[in-house]
Amino acid sequence: MSEEREPVTQIITPVRVAYTYTPGIASERFLRGCKEGKLLGGVCDACGRVYIPSRGACPRCAAPTSKFKELSDQGTIITFCIVRVPAANIDVELPYCTANILLDGADLSFTGLIQGCSFEEVRIGMRVQAVWKPESEWDYSVGNIEHFHPLDEPDIPFKDLKGYS
Amino acid sequence: MRDVAVLSYAQTPYVRTERVRNEVEMLMPIIDEVVKKAGIPRQEIGFTCSGSTDYLAGQSFSFVMAVDAVGAWPPIMESHVEMDGAWALYEAWIKIQCGEVDSALIFSFGRSSMGETAETMTLQTDPYTMAPLGPDSISMAALQARCGLDAGLFSERDMAEVAARNRRNALTNPEAQLAGEFDVEALLAAPYRVSPLRDHDCPPITDGAAAMVIAAADVARDVSDKPVWIRGIDHRLDCHQLGSRDLTKSPSTRLAGEHAGVSSGKIDIAELHAPFSHQEIILKNALGLDDDVRINPSGGALAANPIMSAGLARIGEASRQISGGAASRAVAHATSGPCLQQNLVCVLEG
Repeated sequence: MSEEREPVTQIITPVRVAYTYTPGIASERFLRGCKEGKLLGGVCDACGRVYIPSRGACPRCAAPTSKFKELSDQGTIITFCIVRVPAANIDVELPYCTANILLDGADLSFTGLIQGCSFEEVRIGMRVQAVWKPESEWDYSVGNIEHFHPLDEPDIPFKDLKGYS
Repeated sequence: MRDVAVLSYAQTPYVRTERVRNEVEMLMPIIDEVVKKAGIPRQEIGFTCSGSTDYLAGQSFSFVMAVDAVGAWPPIMESHVEMDGAWALYEAWIKIQCGEVDSALIFSFGRSSMGETAETMTLQTDPYTMAPLGPDSISMAALQARCGLDAGLFSERDMAEVAARNRRNALTNPEAQLAGEFDVEALLAAPYRVSPLRDHDCPPITDGAAAMVIAAADVARDVSDKPVWIRGIDHRLDCHQLGSRDLTKSPSTRLAGEHAGVSSGKIDIAELHAPFSHQEIILKNALGLDDDVRINPSGGALAANPIMSAGLARIGEASRQISGGAASRAVAHATSGPCLQQNLVCVLEG
């Protein structure tokens, strides 16, 4: 006669895997730029498009991005999202606004938080600028940029942002 | 069945630690090389399939980033397997058999050096009853070697001879990582690493990438004077639970070999993906290879074991032997999972 028991529905088996990550030539250049407060984009050897951050290749041409170009820390919002749900490993107070920002001179957007205005004011085409942490805190990290805040400039028309992502 | 040929193959030099380049930077030159050698314009290659695992990179969707190395504009038809590149080749071969495409680019990559590979491999075991025990890949292979020794199928000397031969063969392979003349007596005098395995029985930790272009016969004959034909390709599985298997045999390799047509002609060379020395002996038996078959002229996985590429590399190395005139018929094998759990066999002819 088998004993009536609760079914086993869950077990916890902790897993830990450690890595020593090396970022590669292009990403290392980008991260070293961050440490100096510079935003370095990789320039495609074939088509001249500028990617930030670049992983070393132009995804359109499969050509190396062997040259680098310092980009402005000003840009244009090309899409945004108001986040109201928590996610693991994201330590930002809810709700917050995250946006894809096309830095001036870049052909690929860069992600950043938008602060310094109400959510209702955030819009595609809005001009923004990076707000950096104090220089003493700069590390090899995009985290050196605390957030982006609005610039008092006219919006970029939507038609001029078409084709960027 | 459509005849499919290997048109080109390239691999990075295999190294212990690739500190300088990331995966995209490793892949770009070899993808460029295989596309140029194949003689098919990049935009005309019908399908792209890659093999890799996020567990080596330590980041999710790492394979998507690798597509940067391909040039995916205008948009391409692309797929990925969380498997060795040999299985990416299999998917591409199926795609050609279905008549959907006539050519394909296959690539695979991994930097084992970034993680603790032997422990990471524990995570591919059953997560409820086995992974919590923490068996690493070397310990699992050691269990298999112990079973074979106890059954009298091979000796520790046989294993050392396998290691010495592979690393001697690797002397002629400029891309191999571990090559040299090793004295079997000296190897046997070394202490155990995980009994009954000594260091020489285990693969090196390797960073590397590989790429290949294949095409259906009508395309292949247009662009190549000497295509290497894939005459058969098949893959099979053994049970996931090590305790449910006879670890001294590889029934999945035997079955894949039968379906790939290994025995329907004389085999000149075999490239066997045996990361551990005793596994080469198990594979040789499973495939029924004669003693005159030259095994692993490249040095095999004991000379360089780029995880996720080492299987595709066996097929690539075998195709090089044929296109170089050193063999007319070859068998290449790839494995995945602990203790040869899953196996792919490919028969190639000139």
